[in-house]
Amino acid sequence: MTTATAPPPPRRLYRPREHRIVAGVAAGLARHLGVPVLAVRISLVVLLGFNALGLLLYAAYWAVLPQEARNDERPARRDFAALVPFAAIGLGVVLLQALVFGDQVATTVGWMIAVVAVGAGVIWHQSDPSRREQWTDANGKSGWMAAIVGETDRRSFMLRFVGGGVLVAIGVIGVVAIYSPAGSLSSVLNGMIFALVGLLGVGVVVAPLVWRTFGQLRAEREGRIREQERAEVAAMIHDQVLHTLALIQRNSADIKEVQRLARGQERSLRNWLYKPTASPTERFSAALEQAAAEVEDTYAISVETVVVGDTQCDERVAALVAAAREALVNAARHAGVQTVSLYAEVEPDELSVFVRDRGTGFDLSGVAETRHGVRGSIIGRMQRHGGRAEIRSAAGNGTEVRLTLPVSRESVTAGKESAR
Amino acid sequence: MTEPVTQSAGRLTVFLVDDHAMFRAGVRAELGQHVEVVGEASTVAEAISRIGAIGPDVVLLDVHMPDGGGRAVLESIRRSHPQVKFLALSVSDAAEDVIGLIRAGARGYVTKTISPDELAAAVRRVADGDAVFSPRLAGFVLDAFASRPDVPVADPELDQLTNREREVLRLLARGYAYKEIAKELYISIKTVETHVSNVLRKLQMSNRYELSRWAADRRLV
Repeated sequence: MTTATAPPPPRRLYRPREHRIVAGVAAGLARHLGVPVLAVRISLVVLLGFNALGLLLYAAYWAVLPQEARNDERPARRDFAALVPFAAIGLGVVLLQALVFGDQVATTVGWMIAVVAVGAGVIWHQSDPSRREQWTDANGKSGWMAAIVGETDRRSFMLRFVGGGVLVAIGVIGVVAIYSPAGSLSSVLNGMIFALVGLLGVGVVVAPLVWRTFGQLRAEREGRIREQERAEVAAMIHDQVLHTLALIQRNSADIKEVQRLARGQERSLRNWLYKPTASPTERFSAALEQAAAEVEDTYAISVETVVVGDTQCDERVAALVAAAREALVNAARHAGVQTVSLYAEVEPDELSVFVRDRGTGFDLSGVAETRHGVRGSIIGRMQRHGGRAEIRSAAGNGTEVRLTLPVSRESVTAGKESAR
Repeated sequence: MTEPVTQSAGRLTVFLVDDHAMFRAGVRAELGQHVEVVGEASTVAEAISRIGAIGPDVVLLDVHMPDGGGRAVLESIRRSHPQVKFLALSVSDAAEDVIGLIRAGARGYVTKTISPDELAAAVRRVADGDAVFSPRLAGFVLDAFASRPDVPVADPELDQLTNREREVLRLLARGYAYKEIAKELYISIKTVETHVSNVLRKLQMSNRYELSRWAADRRLV
């Protein structure tokens, strides 16, 4: 943006994978600063003497430094400017040490601040180098408030950094200033407030980075979920739709078979698209729909199923469904029609099912005693379970089977509630 | 594509809105001998401008289209051309599609698996000002108006079906034709038609809260 030459490759601090003893912090620092590894390690060991500062620094770097990517070529160029923040942090820590030790106060607060400062510095260092370069040529213009909101603006980054730095400084100074006199309750309170200000400052510096990281994670996760869903849809289409279409092409001369295949496929696609799956052994409507589907597939007719309301299945409801299934089978086998209507309604005190066809019809009194379909499976079954079956049929005018099953009000209401 | 606008005597004019060209061609071929197909459109914007220009008797409307679907067409045309009647023709018979379009003002709803003769009959009935209720639609409406004693009813006249209307809907859901319903209930076919029209009007004007609750209960919205 500012130079005509190619932008320098991003120089970030990494923990290298090779030449390391513990986690590669020392090697990474050395490589980044262009100093011998041994010097860094010695300084760390020496710092260990100052209340284990070396260890603390090591841990902090370990925590915040990313590991170097594999096969990542980077020119080992010297960059003395990179030393500045570390020098500043070191100076700050030493000053803090002197202050804290000079007044014989508990050192933990000082260490906490040191760690916070180190973390902020490292994070700042981790940020995009090209952006840091850009704000060396500042052009002061208005719109500072907007700059706080805009994340990509280099001025906003500078503003945020300066603001964060000032807040951190205020926090550090405040804590130190409060802790130097003997601690009373109010001074402790003040210290906490100042520490809060310090934390706020760090937050201002870190928040955009954390936000960006979370955003990336979220995008990645969403992408993964999308991919998974697409794979699921593709698998379903492959297993069902494509196979059905292939079968239809091979059986295109057999109209009945084509219709049967298309109907079955349509039903399963519809269920997949619109219906939350319910177990036919638990729900009345699911059981009825399953029975209708079985009859459709077996007898190559279409059953127009309409169910109003729903309830839970028990033994009696299952008997009602079985009777309805038998009525559907009768209609499919004897009526000689392509379509049968199945209507079921759940009312507070009664379940009713109607199976209707517009087929040939029959004379009920003419049905032989030995035929068990109507008498045993429909009428008898309904009576055994306290229900009622009524068959209305006239030759040439179709047949309607009406099944009713009284139920207690409570069980239906309970079933309705659990369905929602 | 741009055939002359002719309101030939006695022939119903029908406009097709569907984003699948193959389906439009099929319906046009099936309906051609019964009614006059005066135009078709594949997008919402095209449909709105061409229906406005042609002014057909009946619009066969697909539910699922890009840019707002059939509902957007319906709402826009109803404002400018209230005399145009809509019959929803969709592959979907999901409750929210059915109820949504009927509430928006469609005079009926049939699925795309309907036979050509039945479709022509449905178009004619809609053109005559009647409502076209498939058994499935009747079931959905019964479900929508199912009595809920725990919810206060804002307008009892509108938010409840009379016993007779409920009875008519039940018979419709059981697969009865209007003629058979009339015979069953000992009323005239005209009365059946009146009941069905009243149900449609109640559905289009009834308490929005109640119906949106119904839809939300079924995780439809």
